[in-house]
Amino acid sequence: MAEITSLLHGFGVALSPFNVMLMFVGVVLGVIIGVLPGLGGANGVAILLPLTFTMPPTSAIIMLSCIYWGALFGGAITSILFNIPGEPWSVATTFDGYPLAQKGRAGNALAAAFTSSFVGALVAVILITFLSPVVAGFALRFGPPEFFSVYLLTFCAFVGMSKGQALKTITSMMIGFALAAVGLDTVTGQLRLTFGFTELLKGFDFLIAVIGLFGIGEILLTLEEGLAFKGARAKINVKVVLETWRELPRYWMTSLRSSAVGCFMGIVPGGATPASFMSYGVAKRFSREGEKFGTGQVEGVVAPETAAHAAGTSALLPMLTLGVPGSPTAAVLLGGLLIWGLQPGPLLFQEQTEFVWGLIASMYLGNIAGLIVVLTCVPLFAAILRIPFAIIAPVIIVICAIGAYTVHTSMFDVYLMLVFGVAGYVMRKLDYPLAPLVLALVLGDRAEDSFRQSMLLSQGDLSVFFSNALVGGLTGFALVLLFWPVLAAGLRKIRGG
Amino acid sequence: MHDDHDRPAASTRTVELVVAALIFAFGATVIWDSVRLGARWGADGPQAGYFPFYVGLLICLSTGVVFFRALTSRAQSSKPFVGRAALAQVMKMLVPSIGYAVLIKLVGIYVASTLFIAFFMRWLGKSPWAKTAAVALGVSVVFFLLFEIWFKVPLPKGPLEGWLGLD
Repeated sequence: MAEITSLLHGFGVALSPFNVMLMFVGVVLGVIIGVLPGLGGANGVAILLPLTFTMPPTSAIIMLSCIYWGALFGGAITSILFNIPGEPWSVATTFDGYPLAQKGRAGNALAAAFTSSFVGALVAVILITFLSPVVAGFALRFGPPEFFSVYLLTFCAFVGMSKGQALKTITSMMIGFALAAVGLDTVTGQLRLTFGFTELLKGFDFLIAVIGLFGIGEILLTLEEGLAFKGARAKINVKVVLETWRELPRYWMTSLRSSAVGCFMGIVPGGATPASFMSYGVAKRFSREGEKFGTGQVEGVVAPETAAHAAGTSALLPMLTLGVPGSPTAAVLLGGLLIWGLQPGPLLFQEQTEFVWGLIASMYLGNIAGLIVVLTCVPLFAAILRIPFAIIAPVIIVICAIGAYTVHTSMFDVYLMLVFGVAGYVMRKLDYPLAPLVLALVLGDRAEDSFRQSMLLSQGDLSVFFSNALVGGLTGFALVLLFWPVLAAGLRKIRGG
Repeated sequence: MHDDHDRPAASTRTVELVVAALIFAFGATVIWDSVRLGARWGADGPQAGYFPFYVGLLICLSTGVVFFRALTSRAQSSKPFVGRAALAQVMKMLVPSIGYAVLIKLVGIYVASTLFIAFFMRWLGKSPWAKTAAVALGVSVVFFLLFEIWFKVPLPKGPLEGWLGLD
């Protein structure tokens, strides 16, 4: 088993005192980011990314990915104690988590949420360990048509799996593509969509978009809903944790199912948020106590948390092996890779083994560190939300402004961030999803390049995307996902009629 | 949901129509510029505007449908997009934030941040002067240490830092 040897080597890299320290720093920062309104996994990592420019890439990605794990854990705290989902993927956790807290079982709900997050992540990391070398090996043979079909799959999955209106998902994604096209066209050297503005020559940086859309937009949304946070107090101690752990094995089937849902949705980029809803729905249907869901069932916390964490973690698999991120946060990490001078994709597994396996090993360790931190420090993190909003809000805006400025040391980006913030606020209110915009902005150029290269190879013949079993299968699967809502409705009609 | 205390500032339908129209205009701009660049098939493959042309076309098509649906559907029309009080809250954040961005350019990020945080704490939070000063100054000093000293990431500075000899 070559993977085991590589993994052990990775543990050697990740376990240096400096990296372990960064892991804990990352997790603590991540939980704080997850708890605070306006800061989440994607923009939190985006803001801190410039601070890692001078670090060795392996240490940098360990810290940033640990921020991501921390944010995944942190979202559950506000959902359960305050009924405010700190992150979109913890919305489903409020359904049963908050009723549990109201019944005085906040400690149990938190312990269950953290433990199932850990389980979901663990399943996903094991999957990454054994599947990613295979996928990477496979992808080495990819040419431009194959890569384009993978991008197509990513985007079609978003449209087909979206919960809201498919048209708005498409609109949002196309805006992302259009913004990605702004600036110098790398193939012809022509300027696109710049209209004579020199600031637009280098195009839109998705990090600025992420900070504005998710950060400023979120703050504005939070303000509208009022400033006071009223929350349940959490008592979490060894007794409560052990009590919960004794209860959890009963839900092994739910855990298993939710992990599977989560891993699938993470790899085929549906993302953590739909995964958590889907898993909650599935658990409700299959559970013997399904009708009691929503009144404070531990199982109703286990299902979405396991799936969200499994999806959040497995979203890194396509990012590492193919260079196609499965979630906005994975997209930011991908941006980091490029900045540190690493080319994500199949070659990473051959040329940067220390980086890749150090990162994978750190996923195991980071999640253990995360579990320890959240189980021991919940009251501390909950106290953050008791700081008056009149202090928190301006400080978060200051942090966002600094983050936006440091990406390119440019004041223009700070103004742009505010514009994206207002856009994010309006789009969120009208149910335009933001994740497709960000992913399209990140992948737009490369999707276009692979499309144009394919077209050059085939001399404009679109059948190149069906020219062999592999590319044909990927394109076909993409189309199935794109029209999935229509197909599913059709199937139901056939079965019902 | 209707809230008697917070009269709607705009209906969701109106905002939906306006936003769809704006995005449509954006899409049209993309198409226009792509046609200018050439959105056809050149001798050496797709031209620079080829890909953006279809992107713009999809934007126009999908927002066109969204616009038309919002126009004909009655379901959304009564739903308020945002209440007046809620909008006022949002503006209380947004307008000073814009002022803050302008201030960064003038006096540097540290002085601007101190003023911005202090303004909020006094105005919205009604904090006492001593607490306001302590938090506002404290945050800026911590950021200064963090960025300028430890991580060596220079942020925009103004006349005060120059006068103190800190840049």
